[in-house]
Amino acid sequence: MTTDVLRETGTAATAPAPATRRRRNLDRWAAWGFLLPVTAYLVMFYAYPLYRNVDLSLRDYTVRSFVRGDAPFTGLANYGVVLRDPAFLPALAHTAVFTGVSIAFQYSIGLALAVFFRQHFRLSATLRALFLVPWLLPLIVSASTWSWLLNSDSGIVNAALGAVGLGPVNWLTSPQWSLVSVTVANIWIGIPFNLVILYSGLQTIPASLYEAAALDGASAWQRFWRVTFPLLRPVSAITLLLGLIYTLKVFDIIWIMTRGGPTDSSTTFATWSYRLGFGTLVPSFGPAAAVGNLLVITALVFGLVYIRFQRKLVAS
Amino acid sequence: MLFPVYWMVNVSFTPEQDMRKSPPSLFPVHGTLAGYRAALAEQLPYLGTSVVVALGTVVLTVALSAPAGYALAKLRPRGAGVLNFLLLAAQMIPGIIMAMGFYAVYLDLGLLRSVPGLIVADSTLAVPFGVFIFTALMSTIPDELLQAAKTDGASRLRTFWSIVLPMSRNAIVTVSVFAFLWAWSDFIFASTLDNGGSHEPITLGIYHYIGNNNQQWNAIMATAVFASIPAAVILVLAQRYVAAGVTAGAVKD
Repeated sequence: MTTDVLRETGTAATAPAPATRRRRNLDRWAAWGFLLPVTAYLVMFYAYPLYRNVDLSLRDYTVRSFVRGDAPFTGLANYGVVLRDPAFLPALAHTAVFTGVSIAFQYSIGLALAVFFRQHFRLSATLRALFLVPWLLPLIVSASTWSWLLNSDSGIVNAALGAVGLGPVNWLTSPQWSLVSVTVANIWIGIPFNLVILYSGLQTIPASLYEAAALDGASAWQRFWRVTFPLLRPVSAITLLLGLIYTLKVFDIIWIMTRGGPTDSSTTFATWSYRLGFGTLVPSFGPAAAVGNLLVITALVFGLVYIRFQRKLVAS
Repeated sequence: MLFPVYWMVNVSFTPEQDMRKSPPSLFPVHGTLAGYRAALAEQLPYLGTSVVVALGTVVLTVALSAPAGYALAKLRPRGAGVLNFLLLAAQMIPGIIMAMGFYAVYLDLGLLRSVPGLIVADSTLAVPFGVFIFTALMSTIPDELLQAAKTDGASRLRTFWSIVLPMSRNAIVTVSVFAFLWAWSDFIFASTLDNGGSHEPITLGIYHYIGNNNQQWNAIMATAVFASIPAAVILVLAQRYVAAGVTAGAVKD
């Protein structure tokens, strides 16, 4: 303990012990001085809005009572309303399908591209940077561009289908296709993120392993399955978990492309909550907050898995 | 991967009468700037608001997270673990939840439809990330250097300001880039907290545009091109920081 203090403070070797202790104490106070702004900020702009949101979900709010602040406390009634709503099960299924399919494709395409970019060729760095574009664009830009690509009458996708003799598809306006369409757009947006993380994970695998595998006569496919994939597992797990947490929250894409419709066919928890709270002329804040809180709980469960996993990774 | 981006640019130059042409032209052969003229005429105020909001968010984010990063990396107070955990958890809260909470709070404070209100809300996207980046990069600054400053009689504030901050240039750029981009592209806070205000950001500009007019797709896409300019500029100028930010934020912390 004392040797630690001596080493850390350096000059303390000649100073008396009480002064050292006072300096350590001072350091601690100084540290909290530097942390004070962020702590106050967390309380005011995270904790308090979250508290208000939980409060919203436990009361019966109308527009008028929202302004006057005299909404009656109704306990878990809003949650009951939400769970019994005919939109609940479809929204749950859509959220699961949208999230699962999105991260499966984002990950596998991202990994394929990362492996591809591992071989250095002319312009590979430039091309890799260009692949970041979909991720850096504002979501509203991507979403409106995809809306136009998929437009039933004059979208390029239907024109291409027509060119190979297939009939037009109502990508955004038919209940069978709307969820597919928003999922495709979301996959496109998520690929760069997966590419960047997996690419940096690949950089940490020593080239000598590949040389050894090649000497042993392993084919390219075997090298991928026996060397790359197992060694990339920790990075893959983090990528997938982050993808899961992010995708659960996706709202902009779906709302801008389909507004969750037609007839709820692409509604997820995130868009449902938004529609209840802000998407209509008669907002029902209580149920909206309840749906949102269910989403928070789901995200936090996966978040705790993520944190545990990271601890294990740091420890090893 | 880049085709949708190309298509956005192509459509932005396409004359209105060719918009419903089948098949659509692959190149803007008879290109027109009409879309850009319309976009400029109608969207300039929105773009201005976005610049103000995004820059405000950058300043607020750096001002909050740089000192916190210094404390966590170098002064290591008790309770740092808890704070780190809270920051991680904060990043997992869906935007719609934050938006609803902010709506309730802002209604009381009278901050709805105000630029400062939007800046504060947008900064919640970047502050936890900023703290992590600053902590990660500041812990690579050698302790001896800070020790030497202390020996020379510099206060902690002075050490932070004259030594730690200048040495954290990379972190400042990375955090600023992300704070700017996130604030610039924010739609959910804009549409819940600022909808109908006198200063609306460009994301709402595009959103109203799509809603009000389903004909002028060249103007909509031209606005989308304008809204993408910061991303393009940042990609060219700060590519290195972007890649570093994604990996540092996701893997190392």
